[in-house]
Amino acid sequence: MSDTTPTSAAASQGPLPEPTVLARTLRVLSGNRTGVIGFVLVALIIGAAVLAPWIAPYDPTAIMVGPRMAPPSAEHWLGTDNIGRDIFSRVIAGGRIAMLVAMASLASALSVGLALGLIAGLGPRWLDNVLLLLFDALRSFPVIVFGLAVVTIIGPSLFTVVLVVAITSVPIYARIVRTQTMALKNAEFILAERAMGVGMPRLLAIHVLPNVLGPLLILASMDVPLVIATEAGLSFLGMGVRPPTPSWGVILNDGYNFIRNSPWPVIGGSIPIILVTLGFTFMGEALRDIFDPKLRKAR
Amino acid sequence: MSLLEVTDLRVRYARQGRLRAALRGEAHDFEAVSGVSFSIEAGQTLGLVGESGSGKSTIARTLIGLKAPASGSIVFDGEEVASASARDWARLRREMSMMWQDPVGSLSPRLTVRSLITEPLRIHGQKADRNEAERLLSLVGLPGEYAARYPHQLSGGQARRVGVARALALDPRLLIADEPTAGLDMSVQGEVLNLLNEVQQRTGVAILVITHNLNLVRHVTDRMAIMYLGRFVEEGPTGRIFEHPRHPYTKALLCANPEPDPDARGERVELSGEVPSPVNRPSGCDFHPRCPWARDACKVNEPDWQTEGDRGHRCMFPL
Amino acid sequence: MVSTALNAATADGSGAASDALVSIEGLSVDFDTGRGTVHALRDIDLEVPRGKVLGLVGESGCGKSTLAYSLIGLLAENARVAGGAIRMGDQDLTRLGPAAWRDLRGRRIAMIFQDPMTALNPVTTIGQQMLDIQYRDDTSRAAKRARAIEFLEQVQIPDAPSKLDVYPHQLSGGMRQRVCIAMALLTQPDLLIADEPTTALDATLEMQIVSLLRELQRKFGCSVLFVSHHLGTVAELCDEVAVMYAGEVVEYGSARAIFHTPGHPYTQALLDCDPARIKDATRDLPTIPGTLPDLRQPPPGCAYRARCPHGWERCEREHPPLYAGDAGDNRIRCHLADAEEGAA
Repeated sequence: MSDTTPTSAAASQGPLPEPTVLARTLRVLSGNRTGVIGFVLVALIIGAAVLAPWIAPYDPTAIMVGPRMAPPSAEHWLGTDNIGRDIFSRVIAGGRIAMLVAMASLASALSVGLALGLIAGLGPRWLDNVLLLLFDALRSFPVIVFGLAVVTIIGPSLFTVVLVVAITSVPIYARIVRTQTMALKNAEFILAERAMGVGMPRLLAIHVLPNVLGPLLILASMDVPLVIATEAGLSFLGMGVRPPTPSWGVILNDGYNFIRNSPWPVIGGSIPIILVTLGFTFMGEALRDIFDPKLRKAR
Repeated sequence: MSLLEVTDLRVRYARQGRLRAALRGEAHDFEAVSGVSFSIEAGQTLGLVGESGSGKSTIARTLIGLKAPASGSIVFDGEEVASASARDWARLRREMSMMWQDPVGSLSPRLTVRSLITEPLRIHGQKADRNEAERLLSLVGLPGEYAARYPHQLSGGQARRVGVARALALDPRLLIADEPTAGLDMSVQGEVLNLLNEVQQRTGVAILVITHNLNLVRHVTDRMAIMYLGRFVEEGPTGRIFEHPRHPYTKALLCANPEPDPDARGERVELSGEVPSPVNRPSGCDFHPRCPWARDACKVNEPDWQTEGDRGHRCMFPL
Repeated sequence: MVSTALNAATADGSGAASDALVSIEGLSVDFDTGRGTVHALRDIDLEVPRGKVLGLVGESGCGKSTLAYSLIGLLAENARVAGGAIRMGDQDLTRLGPAAWRDLRGRRIAMIFQDPMTALNPVTTIGQQMLDIQYRDDTSRAAKRARAIEFLEQVQIPDAPSKLDVYPHQLSGGMRQRVCIAMALLTQPDLLIADEPTTALDATLEMQIVSLLRELQRKFGCSVLFVSHHLGTVAELCDEVAVMYAGEVVEYGSARAIFHTPGHPYTQALLDCDPARIKDATRDLPTIPGTLPDLRQPPPGCAYRARCPHGWERCEREHPPLYAGDAGDNRIRCHLADAEEGAA
C-alpha cells in the first residue's frame, strides 16, 4: 500500500490531527483502485438513472427513430433494435427500472429482515425457532422458480418483481441481523444499559440497531447486482416488466430474437448489467474495508 | 440499619434443558452462589474477592436485577429487592449503579461520551443537557473536550473514567464496581482507585468492589470477603485480614500477589490443582483438595461459619 | 538459586556479549496505519542470554509484544522492519524468507501465547496436535505418542495418557496453558517466547505456571523471553529484565538491579505504582501522570521527558543513549545516569 498519499503525508507533520471518516475513506480508496472504480461506476449508474429523461437522446419507446438494427454510430451510440428504437436511450431508461426495483425491494427486504432478525435475536427461544424455520423454508426455493410461481398467481408486473425479490431476500438479512443481535445480547454495554433500566424501544433503536446496520448495508450494496439480475431474468422470461417498458431484461429478450441479424441489442443490454455488477461489488468491498472495525483498530 | 443487607443468598444457573436433565437423571441447574450473607453500611466499601468461578460477579448481577435469586433476601434501604415490582426497580436502579468489567466494551460504541454519561439521566426522564455532561466529566477529571469522543477513541483509563461518570450520574447510594482495574496499566490503576476513594469521600456513596486482585482491595475497602466456590470462606475488616488471614485460601491468595523481589522467590504457599466446578462440589470442606493444611476431618465434615468478633471464617482448623 | 552464576556473568559486561543466543542490534519496526506511520520500535539493542530468562516489562503500547513477535517473525501485515538486525547464530532473522522462518520456528524458536484457548486448534484433539507438530521427526506413531505423553507429564498434567484424546475446550484454562507449554517444549527450542502467558489465568494458577516455567527452563536449559506487565511474576521468574517505554528499552540489567536499584525514573515510577509493593493501606496511590507520546511523531529528546519529575532542558534536546548504571550490570537510557552529568 502506498504511504505517500496526501492524507498520510499531512498526518506526519504538525499537531497530528486524528483523520476524519472522510480522510480515512480517501486513504483506503487511494490504495484501492477497484474501490474507486466501484464508486465511480455506481455514481454514474445512479446519476444516469435519475437524470434519464434529460440524458437519453431519444424517446426510449419511440419506434423508427433511426434505421432498423443499425450498428453503433454517432447518432445511435449503441445502435438500434428491430423496430428502430435507440438502444442507448432504452438502456438509460432501463437503468431507471433496475434501480427502482433494487431500491424498492432491498429497502423493504432490509426493513422486514431487520425487524424479524431483532425479534428472533432478542425474543423468546420458541419464537426464534419458529422464525428460523420460516427463513429456511423461504430460502429453500430457487429464486426464479419461486418468482415464476408468484407471477402465475398475481400476474407479471413491476410490483411482482419487487415482491419476489423482497421476499427471497428477507431471510438472508434476518439471519444476519439475528446472529449479530445474539452476539450483542451478552455484550457488556447492553448489560450495562439493561442494568440502568433502559426500555426495550430505546435499547433497540439506540444501542442494538446502529451496531447491526453497518454490515447489513454493506451486504445490501453487494446484493444490488443480484436483484438486478433477477429483475432482468424475470423480464427476459416475460414474467417481469411488460414491454414496451424498457427494462434490461426486455432489451435482452428483444435482442435474442434477432441475434442472427444484429448482435448490438444483446450487447447493449448486457453492458449495463456487467457494469452494475462490477460497480456495486467493488463498492461493497471498499465499504467493508473502510468500516471493518478490525482494520480500523489495527495500529 | 445497613444500606444493603444480603441474607443467605442463593443463585442458580441452568446447565442443560429440564427435559434432558430429567432423562439423564442429572440436575438441570447448579448453584453458583450458595448461601452468602453480608451487609454494607452507607459510605462504606466492601471488597468481594475471588477467582473466576467463585460467584462474585453473579452476586453483582443479582444485586442489580439482571439475574433472579433462587432464594434468600436482599434488603436495600429497608426494602426487599427480590420481590420488587417493575416500578420499584425503576427507582432502585437510580440508587444502585454498576461499573462493568470491560472499560471500553461496556460503553455503547456508537454514542459519544456526552451521550454515554447522560444516558442514565435520559433513561430516568431527567434533564440531560450539556451542563450536566460537563459537571459529570469534571467530577471524574476528564477535560470537557472528551465529550465529543467515541469509546474507541479513548484509552482504557479514560474509558474507565467515563464509566465512573456514568455510574455516578444519578447520585446513587450504592456503586457496584466489577473489576474496576481490569485491563488497565499499573500506573492507571492507581488513578482509578484514587478517583473512587475521592468520589466516596465527596458523595458518601457505598461501594462494593468485586475483584480477584487482593492488592487493590487493601487500598480501597473497609471490609473484605473472600469467596470460594460460591461461598464466603472469610470476611472481616480489610486490615485485620491482611495482617492475619485465618483461612488457608486467603493466605494462598495473599501469597499469589507477591511483592516483586527476585530475592524472595519461593517463600510462598503454592496451591496445587485448580478450582473445582460448582456442579461437582468436593465432599466436606470445599477447599480441602487444594489445601496444604487439610486433615482427614476436612474431607468428611463441612465446616460451619465461625464468627470471631467482627470477623468470621469457614475453616475447622484456622491458621 | 542461580543468583551467584548470574552475578558472575553480568558483573563483567564484556562476557555477556559472547554468551548471547540472540542479539538484537538497532532494531526499528514501523506500522503503517490509517492514522499514519507509527514508529513502534526504535533502535532496540538487546541480547537474549543463552540459558537464561529475560523479562520484557512495560505498559500497554510500549512495544514489548511487537519485539517478541518480531523475534519469531509473526509481525502484523502492516508492520515493516525499518532498520537493524536480529542475529541468531550466523543468521539475520529480519532477512529470512518464509521457508527459512518455518524451519526456525519449528526447531529453534517456539512461542506460547496469552490466550491458551485460541492458541490451540478447537476441532482437533490434544494428542493429534501434539503428534502433528512432530512431523519432522522420522519416528513411528507410537514413539511420537510416547513423546507427547512424556511432555504432558513434564508439565505436570495429571493422568497424561488420557488427556491425549480430549479436545481443548474440555480442559480448564490452566491445563490448556500447560498443554501449550508442553507443545512448545516438544520441539526442544533454543528460545521460548512467552507472551503474557499468565495474564488470562487466576492468581493461584499464575503462580503455578510461573514456577513450572522456571523448573522446565532449568531442566531444558533453553532461553526464555518472558513478556509481562506483571512485575510480581517477572521478579519471580526472570534472571535479566528489560524495561520498555514508548518503543524503546529504557533500562536493562539483572533482575536484582532492576528491582532493588532501579536507575531510570520510569522504572522507579513503575515499581512505585505496583500496589503489591505498598504495604501500608493508603487511599492515595501513586500514579504516573501524563500519557505516552504519539509514536507517529516520537519526541526528539527523551521519550519519557513529558512525564518525568526529574527532567531538565538537556532531556528535551538530546536523546539519551544507554549509560552504564551504578550497579555496574545495568544500562539506563537517562541523562541522570551520565557520569559526566554528575561531575558537572
